[in-house]
Amino acid sequence: METANLPQSTDVLTRVEPALEAEFQEESPTGATPERQGRGLPTFVRRLIVVAVILVLWQMYVTTMHVSPLLFTAPSAVWNALVLGLISGEIAAATGETLKLLLLGMAIGSCAALILSALAVSNRIGEDVLATLSSMLNPLPSIAILPLAMLWFGLTDRALIFVIAQAVVWPLAINVSMGFRTVPPTIKMVAATLGLRGIRMVTDILLPAALPHIISGLKTSWAFGWRTIIAAELVFGVAGGAGGLGWFINLSRYFLRIPDVFAGLVVIAIIGMAIEALFSLLQWRTVDRWGMRSA
Amino acid sequence: MTANGHVLAAHDLAVSYSPRRSGPLVLDGVSFDIRRGEKFVFLGPSGCGKSTLLKTVAGFLRPVRGSLLLNDQPIKGPGPDRAVVFQEFDQLLPWRTVLGNVSYSLQVTGKARGTDAVKRALDFIELVGLRQATHHFPHQLSGGMKQRTAIARALSLEPDILLMDEPFGSLDQLTRSRMQEELETLWRKTGVTILFVTHSIQEAIVLGQRVMVLGQRPARIVGTLDTSDIDGREHPGFGAVYAQLRDLLLAGHGDSQSAAIN
Repeated sequence: METANLPQSTDVLTRVEPALEAEFQEESPTGATPERQGRGLPTFVRRLIVVAVILVLWQMYVTTMHVSPLLFTAPSAVWNALVLGLISGEIAAATGETLKLLLLGMAIGSCAALILSALAVSNRIGEDVLATLSSMLNPLPSIAILPLAMLWFGLTDRALIFVIAQAVVWPLAINVSMGFRTVPPTIKMVAATLGLRGIRMVTDILLPAALPHIISGLKTSWAFGWRTIIAAELVFGVAGGAGGLGWFINLSRYFLRIPDVFAGLVVIAIIGMAIEALFSLLQWRTVDRWGMRSA
Repeated sequence: MTANGHVLAAHDLAVSYSPRRSGPLVLDGVSFDIRRGEKFVFLGPSGCGKSTLLKTVAGFLRPVRGSLLLNDQPIKGPGPDRAVVFQEFDQLLPWRTVLGNVSYSLQVTGKARGTDAVKRALDFIELVGLRQATHHFPHQLSGGMKQRTAIARALSLEPDILLMDEPFGSLDQLTRSRMQEELETLWRKTGVTILFVTHSIQEAIVLGQRVMVLGQRPARIVGTLDTSDIDGREHPGFGAVYAQLRDLLLAGHGDSQSAAIN
């Protein structure tokens, strides 16, 4: 970044410090803090070392303590189960099913959240409705709604998708409406001067201005959705043929395939980390690059 | 522009913040006119209503009483013909670069399209001396550079009148002095009509050709002075005009406000 070329010769008195400061604001997606960069190993490697140490300790514990294989599996056995599961396609199919349900639930929840937020921002009643509903339903663990969903939608995918949508809609609506509400009034006045109204005002001004809150809302609602779908699959079992990761874990326990149980958990953790990394990347490329406050 | 060269004509304006327009008046009975190409200043302490008056000219507020005409047409709402430069740094769109901010304004108001908008934007960015910051985001700019971007954006719209609401108020003293000089240069180059709001007597004298002093709420005009001869503190007439303006301010606001006047 060539900020060091500033300032112009006509403006000797321009403060250069903020421009230079910005050079140090560019964090990498893994969240490495600039002061530590260049001193020792990169973040990615350091964290891998932590994982490696955990694996070694885990392996040592299992082998030296003679732990029953019905309770705890060594990393080596988990690795085998993981590889076999991937080769057979069982894990891939289960993962695909879980992700599919999650995405559908998030899509529906996001649409509902957008509508609720738009209403909340445009009039008092909408604001009251959103505030009341979210305060009642947000603290409710969505998994608790599963029995009800099964009554309403039967033993189908729709029950699961409904439960995901309920987990997703409230944190997202709260964040998005907060994002819209906290758009600086000066920007809205500038937009009015430029003649912006209606849809263009929303797409060109409100959405980008609310982006930190929108991303924050998506991260939170994704986290809730992910945890809910796994839990729901554990409870629910199979809907119409294909089962997800939660079902895979439960089935493996039933057949006493404990390494598969661990393998399923590892897959869940890895997917979780991967998606969070994607969110961080998104934040880095947009909100951080623009120097906007993170919500 | 009217036949007698007035861009803006206000007569007996009364403005209130209350939505039902029956609440307490912030401005009461304000009349003035601004000639084309003039640098006109509203001067008054903080909170006296001068920003309210500027916002009324900008079209954000409707007067409760009186008339406000831009080129003989009543003002109906905000628009690019009265581009505004605000005091706050967050008037720039943070997700667009300097070039993006200026070219977007041109495109969305329909003044230019595509590469033509970019070219015109670059011209104005060059004009305010920000060529090296063209592709930077607002958060990478210093305060003075942010304000210059806002000025470039407003000027590129070629407004009938450029409204400036204490634009240098958030800058340090040195940058502020520098910006005052640059605004003078910009005015000479573009000939744009400027309506400038400030609480600084010094800034009013240096920047304005005519300075209108606003009194306490509900504000009326306390007096208007012609300061067009005086271009800086070194000018022999500066002291006298300064004293006159200060007296007008004190007259309009009483002792309680004297501390706010510099």
